[in-house]
Amino acid sequence: MAPTTLVKSPRKLAKVPNLLRYEEGIGPEFFSRAREELDGLPGGRGLNIAHEAVDRHAAGPRAGQLALRCLRKNGKVHEFTYAELALETNRFANALSSLGVGKGDLVGILAGRIPELYVAALGTLKNRSVFSPLFSAFGPEPIHTRLTLGKAKALVTTELLYIRKVAPLRDRLPDLEHVILIGEDGAETNTEGTHDYRRLLADADDAYEIGPTDPGDVALVHFTSGTTGRPKGAVHVHEAIVWHHVTGKLALDLHPDDVFWCTADPGWVTGTSYGIISPLSNGATVIADEAEFDARRWYAILAEQGVSVWYTAPTAIRMLMKAGTELARAHEYPALRFLASVGEPLHPAGVLWGVEAFGLPFHDTWWQTETGGIMIANLAAMDIKPGSMGRPMPGIEAAIVHTREDGGVDLVTEPLEEGDLALRPGWPSMFRAYLGEPERYEKAFAGGWYITGDLARRDEDGYFWFVGRADDVIKSSGHLIGPFEVESVLLEHPAVAHAGVIGKPDPVAGEIVKAFVALKPGFEPSHELEKEILAHARVRLGAVVAPKEIEFTDAVPATRSGKIMRRLLKARELGLPEGDVSTLETAE
Amino acid sequence: MNQDEIRAAVLHALSEVAPEADPATLRPDLSLRDQLDIDSMDSLNFVIGIHEQTGVDIPEAEWARLQTLDQVVDYVAAALETA
Repeated sequence: MAPTTLVKSPRKLAKVPNLLRYEEGIGPEFFSRAREELDGLPGGRGLNIAHEAVDRHAAGPRAGQLALRCLRKNGKVHEFTYAELALETNRFANALSSLGVGKGDLVGILAGRIPELYVAALGTLKNRSVFSPLFSAFGPEPIHTRLTLGKAKALVTTELLYIRKVAPLRDRLPDLEHVILIGEDGAETNTEGTHDYRRLLADADDAYEIGPTDPGDVALVHFTSGTTGRPKGAVHVHEAIVWHHVTGKLALDLHPDDVFWCTADPGWVTGTSYGIISPLSNGATVIADEAEFDARRWYAILAEQGVSVWYTAPTAIRMLMKAGTELARAHEYPALRFLASVGEPLHPAGVLWGVEAFGLPFHDTWWQTETGGIMIANLAAMDIKPGSMGRPMPGIEAAIVHTREDGGVDLVTEPLEEGDLALRPGWPSMFRAYLGEPERYEKAFAGGWYITGDLARRDEDGYFWFVGRADDVIKSSGHLIGPFEVESVLLEHPAVAHAGVIGKPDPVAGEIVKAFVALKPGFEPSHELEKEILAHARVRLGAVVAPKEIEFTDAVPATRSGKIMRRLLKARELGLPEGDVSTLETAE
Repeated sequence: MNQDEIRAAVLHALSEVAPEADPATLRPDLSLRDQLDIDSMDSLNFVIGIHEQTGVDIPEAEWARLQTLDQVVDYVAAALETA
């Protein structure tokens, strides 16, 4: 059974939580109260994410406060006050506009956690263009798929990433009119067919008035993976800021004087919703670190930057645990007061390790790309049940359901019975479409509920417990990876006849991508061929998406209709009973 | 193991994790991460591979400081010398 509940004494915490009593927030009027926390565009011109995140603070008492501090790999630090960030994002919005990129046009941003990424993201939103982040560790294939699906009109990226990953694809991207390049370390770029970021901004005016923005105007497209077919572009609108703001305030307990560090990359939804938008809207100071995970560096950042609220992920927490608590003890963290985690369920030992290392438990939160913001959470003032996702945010109705053949659902009322985790639609940051795929969007709903694709249980106290995915999507280091995308690239290798890809349990990453590969006649399994196929997949997909393990097999099990039976592969991998194989086409 | 053998062993461990890496074009004095697309799982597996090849265990806290191929080789050589 689960470890003992961590009982909180909210009034004794370093700061009185924004939400003291969970029950306070319940009720449908919660959304309208949340909306009142925001200013709206001057003159009643609507609601724009960038105005709430930047401009309203730049025009007020927080103008001189530090909004963003970017720590570079080379040790340099770039800072922006709210006033400076407003001017710089104005320049970017003017630059986009001067190129003819306007309202509703999709702007892809492919970059590491560098200052220009944050400026470009917010400037794009000011310009009422659509910001679509691309993870910089993606290989050329995932980049091409996403830019094509999004019909991106402009791309902002670094010179190095462009040369390595985008230039070879350029003639396969007919919609892409403009590429804006960020030079290394402040250098100007001179690559044919592109614009230089710095020259563009230097020539741009630093005054910009955000045009009328309807709360229903499209603001963000985040790509996520499904079991089959292409990645899905989850479409979010400017109204999402209501939820970004209020969940930052209540689930992450952000106060205006907080120094907030979200370790997620803006290439994924967490890094945008909570790495950029939410903390700025709440008037906090955002820390962004360009470097990859490094236990010593992370502890130094927490201590030296005076981080007070920290939002990270189970994989990182497990790596810190592995590196040893002594490293954590090398520093003191007097400012640190709230720890939260997202990406996959945080195991109870991880929750409790927070107490061991920092004297503070981790608060697990649950949400996904489609929800745009935190849905279920362990809140500051709430007792924590280690290993639980927590309770639904105020305003959110969550349930466990069984979906019926006729498209309806049966509500599960029995505590701890497993079923589909479902949410009642209507919260502000809910995705409004899958880009260009209305049928796929429709299929995400049943009986008036959004079916999340996660399986869960609810206990008698209303806490939710994650069980697993209802589909074959792989969750590695908190990121969703679609098996189909990986299989498709494996099949491009001349030796590969069939490929089936699964998530293999891993103590650090949660799951790693494992591929089962059947070879074409004339090819024999060998370690050399395994490495050759692995190299092919890594070059095309990037290290984060490519398999970590390849196993040769005589045949990949598939149904008569040709659908790969990944569950069977997984059962074999885990040594579990293989279940119903009546529709099986090929077996070993 | 001499310096060349250590270098060969480290490169072998790297090729198991990132077989797309070409030792001929890899600059030993520049950051591996900047030259190659390796994620944190690759990095962990690389450390395990180095241990298998050389018997040297690199603690994770030390590993983060080793940026280049030369630094990795020097670390392993020093560890073998004091072993």
